[in-house]
Amino acid sequence: MTSNALNALDRRGFLKSAGALIVGFSMAGTDMEAQFGSAPIPDAPSNDQIDSWIAIGADGSVTAYSGKEELGQGISTAQQQLVAEELSMPFERVKLIYCDTALTPDQAYTSGSQSHPANFNHRNLALACATAREALFRMASERLGVPAEQLTASNGVITISADSSKNVTYAELVGGKKLKLMTDRSAKRKHPSQWKVLGKAIGRPDMAAMATGQFEYVHNVRLVGMLHGRVVRPPTVGATVVSVDEESIKNIAGVVKVVVRKNFVGVVAEKPWQAVQAAAKLNVTWTSGAALPERTEFYDFVRKLPSHDTLLLDSKDTSQALLAAVSVIKARYDHPYQMHGSLATSCAVADVTGDRATLYSPTQGVWYQKTTGAMILGLKPENVHVIFRRGSGCYGLNGADTVSYDALVLSQAVGKPVRVELSRKDEMAWENYGNAWTIDERAGLDAHGNIIAWEHEAWTPSLGNRPGANTPGNVVTGMLLGYQPAPFVPGAPQEPRSYNNGSNGIPSYVAGRIGGVNRGTGIVKSEKVLVHNVQSPFWTGPLRSPARLQNTFAHESFVDEIAAHVKVDPVEYRLRHLQQRRVTGVLKAVASAASWETRPSPKSGNPRTGVVAGRGAACVAYEGDNGYTAIVVEAAVDQDSGRVAVKHMWVAIDVGPISNPDGLRNQAEGGALQGMSRALGEEVTWDGAKITSIDWRTYRSLPLGFEIPKIDCVLVNQPDEEATGAGETSITVVAAAIANAIFDATGARVRQIPFTTERVRKALEERT
Amino acid sequence: MSAITLRVNGRTRSLDVDPTTPLLYVLSDELALRGPKFGCGLGQCGACTAIVNGAAIRSCITPVSAAAGQEVITLEGLGTPEKLHPIQKAFIDEQAAQCGFCLNGVILTTKAFLDKNPNATEAEIQHALSNVLCRCFTHTRMHAAIRRYAKEVAK
Repeated sequence: MTSNALNALDRRGFLKSAGALIVGFSMAGTDMEAQFGSAPIPDAPSNDQIDSWIAIGADGSVTAYSGKEELGQGISTAQQQLVAEELSMPFERVKLIYCDTALTPDQAYTSGSQSHPANFNHRNLALACATAREALFRMASERLGVPAEQLTASNGVITISADSSKNVTYAELVGGKKLKLMTDRSAKRKHPSQWKVLGKAIGRPDMAAMATGQFEYVHNVRLVGMLHGRVVRPPTVGATVVSVDEESIKNIAGVVKVVVRKNFVGVVAEKPWQAVQAAAKLNVTWTSGAALPERTEFYDFVRKLPSHDTLLLDSKDTSQALLAAVSVIKARYDHPYQMHGSLATSCAVADVTGDRATLYSPTQGVWYQKTTGAMILGLKPENVHVIFRRGSGCYGLNGADTVSYDALVLSQAVGKPVRVELSRKDEMAWENYGNAWTIDERAGLDAHGNIIAWEHEAWTPSLGNRPGANTPGNVVTGMLLGYQPAPFVPGAPQEPRSYNNGSNGIPSYVAGRIGGVNRGTGIVKSEKVLVHNVQSPFWTGPLRSPARLQNTFAHESFVDEIAAHVKVDPVEYRLRHLQQRRVTGVLKAVASAASWETRPSPKSGNPRTGVVAGRGAACVAYEGDNGYTAIVVEAAVDQDSGRVAVKHMWVAIDVGPISNPDGLRNQAEGGALQGMSRALGEEVTWDGAKITSIDWRTYRSLPLGFEIPKIDCVLVNQPDEEATGAGETSITVVAAAIANAIFDATGARVRQIPFTTERVRKALEERT
Repeated sequence: MSAITLRVNGRTRSLDVDPTTPLLYVLSDELALRGPKFGCGLGQCGACTAIVNGAAIRSCITPVSAAAGQEVITLEGLGTPEKLHPIQKAFIDEQAAQCGFCLNGVILTTKAFLDKNPNATEAEIQHALSNVLCRCFTHTRMHAAIRRYAKEVAK
């Protein structure tokens, strides 16, 4: 059924039909009768690349093709709004197709808060829409005999503004013609002030299907003759296969095959429950694996490992500035490995027959599954067709890529379609965790209590990553199959050549001077940011706001500590050291919304026992310039138990022109609560040999049934700015704001995430 | 293998399955229902929830034999996009989801609880959801949807 539905949408079939107007980024691979727009771009993609963004059919239908997929973040709704807006079509009449290697443009990964900036600014999908609109207006101008400026469009009909009886539909304009256009840099987009569809709180079209159990997740893909696979992962980190005793499962009904390839072990059975039982009972002898570092000393251990160093900033005067400072403040912050911990375990369905493969995958990068999947199968990439199907929310590199390899390998081994669903333990013990960090901050103050120098030095272990075009060994299945992760090479830092705050390693309060130009958002001129990458014993990869969240936890806790040291209100103190108006804008907006009381922390007069309340703030320019957010948290701390209860959160967010205010609010709210769960309870754990956080008892996620704080969002619309990322902004500032609120309430500073009751009690004991 | 008869969403279904098979696999594979979902296989997250004889149960740890002859309701048994159950409508009205994978457990757990406790307090509803997870953390909206539905039930 799935394949039929896809065939019906096949763009190539669509092109063979009566007529079409297509906007793409290449002239290659077309036999169009007419071409207009600019000259062919140099380095045009080859013929086999999918190159079209927009197709308007002879029936007036509008189909958009995007390389940015719906993961639950709401981007498909916003993209559909964008196309409807630019082409003056009703929202419901726009069809959006995304992330199918046979149909849609290659826009690399859907990740890193890049979908909104990539497709809503003057390029890619938005530019294609504007190009199509201008072409339709040119055609209508010729047809109706009036200049294009005298025309308006609505519901797929172009009308003479002064005489609504004279009009022409898109269908009539396209008719039997086959027109291929290139995206045109000079095509004009509608200004947000003219928007009728974009910018509105349109509900998600997939909501009803999800709420009624009709939505097709990748878990629901069913192919004719499909079998069920299950993998058998090593029992400990670093263990390799010694032998596999197939006899051990001979009594389990329905087993089709035991598949062993180097250290990859899996079973295929007729039914899922048979596969589950077979995988559980298969007797595999493994080597003992590697000894793991002691968990309680891990952050110190990490600081002593050989490192690959990156210098993001160095004004070369911080040592002297710190020596000359009236006072120097130092603090260390520790952040654990955390999990994506998707609600569903990862799942994929593969059909590998002969020299061809079709893969239904929840991957964030279908084009990279195509190339790395081909490597694993020994097939040509052009013979591997990857179709995105939604899994549960991933928040980054969960098990989606690794389970896709599992499905491909097992399907190839049996020559039939195979669906693989991981167990909860296999998902949690082997996913690419969000990186651990241990961070030192040092600042020098002048006689007025202002910051004159800031040093940030961080250590972070990593292993593997997204597979990219050719590194399947970056995730566990690839490694088990014999591929290596991207190599780790220790090295001394190079001089920074350009300003890059993509990891938010650079605090908001420094000048960010590179090449004689200040590019940072702050004013502190004496600045140094040094990062030590070291090798991780566990797999790591991007988890929502990777590095940005951990660095911001340190920066925004630290600036609060300094403000408290000099007895200045923490919002006022931040504003003193910031110069970029969008960061100050969200900070002022959130302080106003929360009726922020200007005074230093901690709050005076709170008792030292029982439950006390406090408030904390934090802000960030996400990735330096890809979204701006500030938060105020009101929290209660039970000083006897150490329990922290967040009562109220205010979030201000500026992501440029707002494409869908309700979608943005949903992301800001979800990010704030996810950040709270990560700050209060989430931590990957291990013993001497293996991961021990392997289910929801051993990895704590705040359930639906806890006391949920009130959340107020302030959406700061910036219609004249570029669209930025949105989904990773609010989560970035939560942990610091909670730590600052705990300090405000109690005078105790927590510097290690998560803020468990034990750690809060310890901080309370240590307070002066 | 043995013959088992289930009543699922008002229809009688006779199946030949291993009686130890968790109900979840029977619903999602033998009967191709998309509502009940595999989340953990341990009864810890709620994604697999089904309503059996009026009670929300975790179908991933319930053998199919335990549901034999009983009335099983899944998310698709409540309503359709064309004819929504009020609780489904409340979730749509509040746009209370992101990826939507948890909706099955949240909606069915809430419905079964409010059917039996129509005048439950907010704290009691929270308690009923203490073992239901949403990893997108759409909690605020979900509780707004639940409050909206709870008001209707209490009427």
